[in-house]
Amino acid sequence: MATPTIPAPRAEYDRHKTTRSQFELFAWLFMRLSGVVLVILIFGHLFVNLWSGSGVHQLDFGFVGGKWANPFWQIWDLVMLWLAMLHGTNGMRTIISDYTEKPGTRVALQLTLYIASGIVVVLGTLVVFTFNPCPTGADPSLLASFCKA
Amino acid sequence: MSADTATKETAEPASKVDIPDHLGGGAGEIPSFDCTFLIARFNPEEDSEPHWEEYKVTMHGTDRVLDALHKIKWEMDGSLSFRRSCAHGVCGSDAMRINGRNRLACKTLLKDLDTNKTITVEAIKGLPLEKDLIVDMDPFFQSYREIMPFLITSGHEPTRERLQSAEDRERFDDTTKCILCASCTTSCPVFWTDGQYFGPASIVNAHRFIFDSRDQGGDLRLEVLNDKEGVWRCRTTFNCTEACPRGIQITKAIAEVKQALLERAF
Ligand code: HEM
Ligand code: SF4
Ligand code: FES
Repeated sequence: MATPTIPAPRAEYDRHKTTRSQFELFAWLFMRLSGVVLVILIFGHLFVNLWSGSGVHQLDFGFVGGKWANPFWQIWDLVMLWLAMLHGTNGMRTIISDYTEKPGTRVALQLTLYIASGIVVVLGTLVVFTFNPCPTGADPSLLASFCKA
Repeated sequence: MSADTATKETAEPASKVDIPDHLGGGAGEIPSFDCTFLIARFNPEEDSEPHWEEYKVTMHGTDRVLDALHKIKWEMDGSLSFRRSCAHGVCGSDAMRINGRNRLACKTLLKDLDTNKTITVEAIKGLPLEKDLIVDMDPFFQSYREIMPFLITSGHEPTRERLQSAEDRERFDDTTKCILCASCTTSCPVFWTDGQYFGPASIVNAHRFIFDSRDQGGDLRLEVLNDKEGVWRCRTTFNCTEACPRGIQITKAIAEVKQALLERAF
């Protein structure tokens, strides 16, 4: 007895491979959590620098030097720098993924982004910790007035 | 015919649709009005880009955009191509961009549009254009298939139906209403720029099973939607919710899937 044959479906049922990666979940969560912290850090920063005391007129080399002599502001600015940079970089990563069509363009743009962000984070961190308004042995004519004391 | 059979005839019930007077809502025969349509035409054998063509038609206050398209196709230009099947908002085949918004042509009454202005009709965006108002729906259904839109169970099959409480049924009631018209997915700016994104319709249909107490494949579906092109791609622009002809709270459903993924991770 002949067994009836059922023709195979025309198109294969093809499914994306799932990567089982939690990266996008954590990236999404990070954007929200860092956003909340950034609201406090950025508005605190704006208030202290531009509003309190004599406001925007107080802002000069000496003012920044004075703030960074205090570990509290060092940590504040460091956290703000890192969170804003990671948050902004991740946001830009998303936008690049949105608008690039070829994988090559995407990788090139994202690589440029990561290198640029890396340089800013490293330089920024260095400045926050090593800033010295009155370096020893510098040309006195270039130093701020308060260094002479 | 005798006189008494005539008196037994029941009168026609009054219309439930309120038509304003200037569109012919007064008593008597249904009056008509003129309206102008701009339709994005595209013939793949001749054009490289779609172009607008104008049609002036006389329509009635009870007509829908689909009736105007029929009139144009049947009486003016038989080459106009569009999909429609049920003509009553059930099959989901006639989603199109009407006056810049995704809607079903068969559910859009002319009286709800500004008939003093030109009415624009174009194909939904983000899917490959085939002809005039017809797009290739394959990528849309491909991602629909990937979320496994069928009941997944394990263990012994019960000898009777799988019972469910009214509360458990209520949990996913909203997302059972989808008719797969693609209005939502093709209104999403993330989908326009990144065609790999699963899109709101797939997430809605995954939601329908993830929150079904009888289904046991929720974890598989969450895994699919946790991926690079899954729910995390959603930017909560609410375009999908505004576009849905079934009034499904799509952005809310997507948020619930995100929350389920977060709860699973922590
Ligand atoms: C003031 C506090 C801030 C809050 C509450 C905040 C919040 C957010 C949130 C929740 C997102 C995700 C949006 C989404 O996924 O749809 C986002 C995206 C983004 N953020 Fe922020 N952010 C803040 C500050 C910043 C700063 C300082 C930068 C720049 C360094 C920045 C750059 C970006 C970029 C580029 C995106 C991606 C935009 C997009 O996806 O279209 N944000 N922000
Ligand atoms: S969710 Fe609404 S808009 Fe999206 S495909 Fe289903 S019925 Fe259409
Ligand atoms: S023709 Fe079926 S939904 Fe419009």
